[in-house]
Amino acid sequence: MAHSAHTEHAAPAILAEVNPAPLPRAILVENNRSFNWVTEKICGIIEGPTPRWWWISFAVSCFVASFTVLGIVYLVSTGVGVWGHANPVNWAWDIVNFVFWIGIGHAGTLISAILCLLRQKWRTSINRAAEAMTIFAVVCAGIFPVFHVGRVWFAVWPGYLFPVPNANAIWPNFRSPLEWDVFAVSTYGTVSVLFWYIGLIPDLAVLRDRFLKTGNKVKSALYGFFAMGWRGSNRHWSNYEMAYLILAGISTPLVLSVHTIVSFDFAVSLIPGWHTTIFPPYFVAGAIFSGFGMVLTLMLPLRAIFRLEDLITQYHIDCMCKIILATGTIVGYAYGIEFFIAWYGSNPYEGFAFINRAFGHYAWAYWIMITCNVITPQFFWFKKVRQNIVLVWILSIFVNVGMWFERFVIIVTSLARDYLPSSWGYYSPSAVEIFTFFGTFGVFGVLFLLFIRFLPIMPMAELKAVMPQADPHAGHGDSKH
Amino acid sequence: MADSIYGLMARFDSASEIFHAAEKVRDAGFKNWDCITPFPIHGLDGAMGVRRSHVPKFSLVGGFTGFTTGMSMIWFTGAFDYPLIVGGKPYFSPLFAFPIAYELTILFTAFATIAGMFILNWLPQHYHPVLKSDQITRGLDDTFYVVIEARDPKFDLARAKALLTQAGAKEISELEA
Repeated sequence: MAHSAHTEHAAPAILAEVNPAPLPRAILVENNRSFNWVTEKICGIIEGPTPRWWWISFAVSCFVASFTVLGIVYLVSTGVGVWGHANPVNWAWDIVNFVFWIGIGHAGTLISAILCLLRQKWRTSINRAAEAMTIFAVVCAGIFPVFHVGRVWFAVWPGYLFPVPNANAIWPNFRSPLEWDVFAVSTYGTVSVLFWYIGLIPDLAVLRDRFLKTGNKVKSALYGFFAMGWRGSNRHWSNYEMAYLILAGISTPLVLSVHTIVSFDFAVSLIPGWHTTIFPPYFVAGAIFSGFGMVLTLMLPLRAIFRLEDLITQYHIDCMCKIILATGTIVGYAYGIEFFIAWYGSNPYEGFAFINRAFGHYAWAYWIMITCNVITPQFFWFKKVRQNIVLVWILSIFVNVGMWFERFVIIVTSLARDYLPSSWGYYSPSAVEIFTFFGTFGVFGVLFLLFIRFLPIMPMAELKAVMPQADPHAGHGDSKH
Repeated sequence: MADSIYGLMARFDSASEIFHAAEKVRDAGFKNWDCITPFPIHGLDGAMGVRRSHVPKFSLVGGFTGFTTGMSMIWFTGAFDYPLIVGGKPYFSPLFAFPIAYELTILFTAFATIAGMFILNWLPQHYHPVLKSDQITRGLDDTFYVVIEARDPKFDLARAKALLTQAGAKEISELEA
C-alpha cells in the first residue's frame, strides 16, 4: 500500500468538500456605506426642501401635459376625424404611441420580476424607479386606445373595449387580439401597481416613523396609512418575501405575454409585413430594449442630481448598457430575418412590403430606425463608451427615438401600401395627433416628478439586504449555516 | 408585574448577532416572540424556527379562480347568453379563450397573493406595542431587535432578561402593552 501512502498528501480526486473559486463579486453599494447612510440618503430626498429645479421641471411638464389634455378635449368634442388617419392608413400614431409607451414599461417589469428571479442583485437600486416608470408608461399608453374610440364613454358602455354588451345585447368578440389586448394591458397595469405598492410598504413605514419623530403628524399619518402598520417583524417578512417571489414569478410570464399579445394585434391580421410568426419574440426584445433606454434616460440625471453614485455604480450602468446591446442586437437580427423570410417565402406581397419599407416613401423613417436601433447599441461593446455617462445618456435617447420609429415603420408602411394599389396613400399626422403625443411626455414627466418628490426612489430595505453587512455569517467563518 | 407589560425588546447591532440570538431564543422554547429587522435577513426564518409561508396556497386558489372566470366568462357571453357565429367558428373553444383566461389567472393570483400576505400577517394593524416604542425608527433603519411577548407560556421576566443578555443583547427594555 505504498502507493496510497504516497497519495495521501496529494489532493484526492474527489474533494470531500467543494471550495468554489473566490470570484470577486461586484460591489453594489460603494464606499462601504452603512445602513443608516442609505436611510438618510433616500429619505433625505423626500424630507428636504423642494429644490428649485423640481419646480421648474414640474411647471414645464405641466405645460407639456396640457397639450395632451387639449388634444383629447378637442378629439372628444369634435370626433376621431381630427386625427390624420384615413384609408388606407386607419391605424397610425395612436397605436404607434400605444405600443411605444407599453414597450417602455416592459423594462421596469423585467428589472423587478425577471431579474429578481435570476437573483441579479444589482436590480435593487434601479428597481423602484423603473417600476414607477412602468406604471406611468402604461398610463400614457392607455390614453391612446381609450380615446381612439372618440366618444370615450363608449370604451366602457357599450363596451368597445370592456366586456359589456352593446345596444343589440351583443358581447365583444373574444376571438379578437384587440380584446385580448384590453385584458393584457389592464392586467399589466394593475399587477404593476400592486407589485410596486408591495415593494413600497416597508419604506413607507420608515417614512411614517421618521415624520412622527420630527413632529409632522399629517405626513406621518398619510405614509402610515399606506404602510399598513408595517413593523419589520421577521414573521411578516417571511410571508412578505414569499408574496414578493410569487408576484415576481407571475409578472414574468405576464410581461412576456403582454407584448406578445400586442404583437398579435398585427401578426394575427393578413397585412403583408405584419403576418409573421417572428413578431412576439421580436416585440418583446424591442420592448425591453426601449425600456432600458428609458431607464437610463431617467436614472442618469437622477444619479447626478441626487449624488447617487454610490448606489447606482458604474457596474449598474455597465449592466444596463449590456442589456441594451443584447436586446438591440436581437432586434437587429429580427430585422434581418424579416427580410430573409420575405425573400425566402416567395410571397410577392411580403417581398414588396419589405422592399417598400427600405426604399419606398417611408424609407427615411426606416433608416432612422436602423440607425438608432441597430447601430447605436453597438457602441456599448466598448468600455470607454459605457464609462462616458453623457454619451450613454445621449445614446439612450437615440434608442427611444429608434423604437418609436420602429412601430411607425411597421404600422404605417404596411398599411399605406397594402394589397390594393388603387387605395394606396401617404399618411401624415394631423396637428392634434402630434400635440396629443407630445403631451404624453409631459404627463409622464408630471407623474415621475411627483414620484421622486414624495416616494422613496430606491427600495431601502432591498438595498440594505444586498449590502455585505446584511449577511448574518459575514466575517464569522461559519458560512455553512 | 409581568402581566402589565407587552414584552421585552432587546437590541442587537448586527445581522449576525440577531441571527445567533434568534437561535438561542428558539432553542429556549419560546413561541410568542419575534425579530424586528429593517430588511429580510437571509436564513433568519430557520434560525427562528418560522415555517414556510402559507401565501402560495392563497395564490393557487386565486389562479384557479382567475382561469375559471376567464373561460366561463367567454363561454357565457359567446355560447350561452348570445350565441353568435363569428367567422364560421364554434361558439366556444378553449383555444381562443386562452389568452384572456391566462391574463385573468395572473390578475387573480396577484390579488390573492397580496390578500394572503395581509391576512397571514394580520395587517393592516396600525396600533402595536412595538410601533409605540421609540426604538422602532431605528429598528426599521439599521438596528435589530428581538421581542419576547409576555403572553408566552414560558415567559418569566427575570429569566427572559437573562437569556437575552446571555444572547448578547446591547440593551433590553420593557414594552408597554
